[in-house]
Parts: sequence; structure tokens; C-alpha cells
Amino acid sequence: MSDSCAAPDQDTALPASVDLEKETVLSGTVVNDEGELVQGAYVRLLDGTGEFTAEVVTGEGGQFRFFAAPGRWTLRALSRYGDATGEVEAARGLNETKLAVSR
Amino acid sequence: MAREDVLVTAEWAEENLDTPGVVFVEVDEDTSAYDSGHIKGAVKIDWKDDLQDAIRRDFVNQEQFSQLLSERGIANDDTVVLYGGNNNWFAAYAYWYFKLYGHDNVKLLDGGRKKWELDAREVVTEVPERAKTEYVAKPLNWDLRATRDEAEAAIGVKNLIDVRSPDEYAGRLLAPAHLPQEQSQRGGHIPTALSVPWSKAANEDGTFKSDAELRELYVEEAGLDEAKPTIAYCRIGERSSHSWFALRELLGYEDVKNYDGSWTEYGSLVGVPIALGDEPGTK
Repeated sequence: MSDSCAAPDQDTALPASVDLEKETVLSGTVVNDEGELVQGAYVRLLDGTGEFTAEVVTGEGGQFRFFAAPGRWTLRALSRYGDATGEVEAARGLNETKLAVSR
Repeated sequence: MAREDVLVTAEWAEENLDTPGVVFVEVDEDTSAYDSGHIKGAVKIDWKDDLQDAIRRDFVNQEQFSQLLSERGIANDDTVVLYGGNNNWFAAYAYWYFKLYGHDNVKLLDGGRKKWELDAREVVTEVPERAKTEYVAKPLNWDLRATRDEAEAAIGVKNLIDVRSPDEYAGRLLAPAHLPQEQSQRGGHIPTALSVPWSKAANEDGTFKSDAELRELYVEEAGLDEAKPTIAYCRIGERSSHSWFALRELLGYEDVKNYDGSWTEYGSLVGVPIALGDEPGTK
């Protein structure tokens, strides 16, 4: 595991060391008005009180992924094509969301 | 110190891309960002390979820093403009190094790579060739760097500012939420530390908030005592460099240190006090 706080590559498959029985993973894709996957979108995870928790940049597949905890989270995407906000009630395991950005 | 002495806008940067004596430097943990496109003329510094010692758990020393800047073609009298991803975390961390090693003429690009990209400003893949220099770093300025002993001694005495997310502060998460939660050290925070997540100092586009907003955040909302020295920390010292920049360089508090050992060090020490939960706790 990287010792840093920087964003790992968002396009790679989940590492084998990640145990979905224990981890709560919020993942998904960012798409634009045309339904195309958006690379280079900034996706941030906000907690139940709206507080910033983390941010990643989508790769070629428009994908993002966070490791969090069960509960209510907000996803916020910023991109050249516009912005999007999504709400997630996350449970242990994989929680997938699509964010459609627009102006 | 005035804001424009330490922070430049994207407009200023665009107008000064070819100004002699101004060097743009992209600092990232993931340097593939630089390779895929960077500000024209910018050289890159790799957070891990260039700024950390390869053997000891410490950052590069005075000699290594001199060698790094010489190789990148940066001279002692150059104006260095730093920017990077992650809302300028690593650029702010590098800014702190430049100050630690006595390079006065250094600035951050407000909003970093993110604002530049969201503005759809030009990036290039061409890597500039800069002639080597004979850079000479000054001895490390310990007025800007706190050690683990200073951090512990500051409990209930100085302002301790924990800039991690609220869940990391409380001990509910051990690492930022974009990383697997597999670290083994204890969770929580240094007792009496105030929780002011780094993100509160920045706007959504990565630019810093205004001085008035920053003062409101640290003094009015969090309760920072302006008469006392301050130590900022996070998990590994780069998010806290961002807050250190806001406190010392923007708000102008004189005695502000970054504790770069941060929670990965403190949370692994044997026998030190730890507070759990959302409250600062007591000495």
C-alpha cells in the first residue's frame, strides 16, 4: 500500500488485498450529457454532515472509487462538462453510482 | 506578507510562462499526471523519489535538496512557482521544503492543477530542457518543522491543529477514504488538538479561501488562540503543509510549524496520550 495520500490509479481492478467482506467501497463512473465516460473529472466524497472526506480524479474509464464506512455519503463531481451531485446509502461491500455531469 | 507574494493566480501564471527567472514546477505523488500533460515549461518533482530519503524515514537533507534543484536547473535567485494535483497538497508540501531550505522567492499557483484543468487552460507534453545550476540550499530552518517530542509537549500548551477529515480525527477511519483502511496504527488524535480539516481552507475548485474567511475558520469557528504558537499535522504531513501555508503564509501567524511525522508517527508511538471521538479532549 502506498504510504501517501495521493489518488491511486482509478482504472485498475480492486486490489486482491481488499476484502469486500470488511471494506465499504463506493465506486462508479462519471458521464456527460452525451452519456460518454468523462476522464479527468474531480470526484469528492462528503460525509453525512457535508464535510469533505476525499477526492480522486477519474481515469480513462471515467471511474472513481472510495474506501469508506457504511452510512450516508454525498458524491460531488466537477468537470469541464459541468457538475453533478449524488447521494449514497452505503453498505459493507461494493456500492456503485453513476454521476451524470451537466451545466 | 501580502497574499500576492506567496500565491499567484492562473491568469498571472499564463502571462508569465516565458518570463526569465520564473520556473514552474509540478509536484505530484503520481507523476503520470505530469507526463500526460503539464503547464508549458514546467519541470517535475516526484514527491516520493525526489523529496524522500531512499533509506531513512525522513525527507531529503540540505545536500540532497541542493542536488535536486541543481539537476532541475533551478537557481538560487529564481522565482519558483509550484503547483500540483490533490488540491496542491504536494505542491504546498514542496513549498514548505523550499522555505525550510531557505529559498525565499517561492509561490503557489492558486488552485493548482485542478483549477488549471477546470479552466481548460493549455497543457503540453513537451519536457523542457534546463541547463544545470549550482544550487546551494541553506541549513534546515527548524522554526518551521515540529518533531514528535514538540507535538507531545504542545498538548494543552500550544495550538495543535489536526487537519485530517473528521472521521480520521475521531478515530473512525485510519486513512483518507480513497485508500484502503488497512493501516495498523492506533486511531484518534493528539489530545487538545482542534479539528480543522484542510479542505475547509480551500474552495471547491482548489483555490484558497479569502483571508477573512480563513481567519473566521481558524479563530472564530475552531478557537485557535492567536497569542500562542501553532503546530499543524495530518497523516503524513502534506495536507498539513496546505494548512500551514494558510496559517503562516496567508494569515501571517509567525510561529507555525508543520509536524511532518504526523499521525503515522504519533499514532504508532508507545505510551503517548491519544484522544478518541469528536472532541479535542483534555491534557
